Amino acid sequence: MTIRKQEENARRTLTLTGRLDTVTAPQLEAEIFDNAENITELVLDFRDLEYISSAGLRVLLAAQKRFAQTGGVTILDPNETVMEVFEMTGFADILTIERKAG
Amino acid sequence: MQERTLDATIENIEAVTEFVNTQLEALNCPQKALRQIDIAIDELFSNIARYAYRPDTGPVTVRVEVEKEPLSVILTFIDHGVPFDPLQAETPDITSDAQAREPGGLGLYIVKHSMDEITYTRENGQNILRVKKSMA
Repeated sequence: MTIRKQEENARRTLTLTGRLDTVTAPQLEAEIFDNAENITELVLDFRDLEYISSAGLRVLLAAQKRFAQTGGVTILDPNETVMEVFEMTGFADILTIERKAG
Repeated sequence: MQERTLDATIENIEAVTEFVNTQLEALNCPQKALRQIDIAIDELFSNIARYAYRPDTGPVTVRVEVEKEPLSVILTFIDHGVPFDPLQAETPDITSDAQAREPGGLGLYIVKHSMDEITYTRENGQNILRVKKSMA
């Protein structure tokens, strides 16, 4: 997995390419939480993410807990496989998910 | 039928995924089903790596079988670690709000809900876990 990081004021945007699983989840965790004292809002661009396993969900839950009081966590454009995992685990109800129309 | 035996370690998840994907390459499986297979490998193999031989490690055999008409893929994971029946695992909390939610148990839950069949048997001191996914 590769992660591209952008920061604008207090918003951090991470763009993920590849697979978010047991091996790569710690990498995402580090990108989210390292030097994040002044970050209030987290955007995760999932457009090029192939799939997510429970190890990735763990990191998303920790991020949601950390950023809930400020700007929260927004997931952009998850594919059908990822969206199905969010729906079956109830994560669709606790994350803000934005999908492109059509 | 193809199979491979490796040490039950987190580092080997990638090798197992690649081995299985190579067996399925020529079958023209739907991409979504293949991704669900990859997720199942991550969940099941990482569970075995973490718990089966704790605190040491030991071998896992991963077997790939393909059934035709209708096309389906069967993965079998065999270890001789501590008995563990994933079908008896507790249902995770999937309804609380984020602050109250605990992340445990989601992996097996995802596997149960994305594979078509899952069976567990304990035989001759071995955990034999078999999942089937329809590719039709």
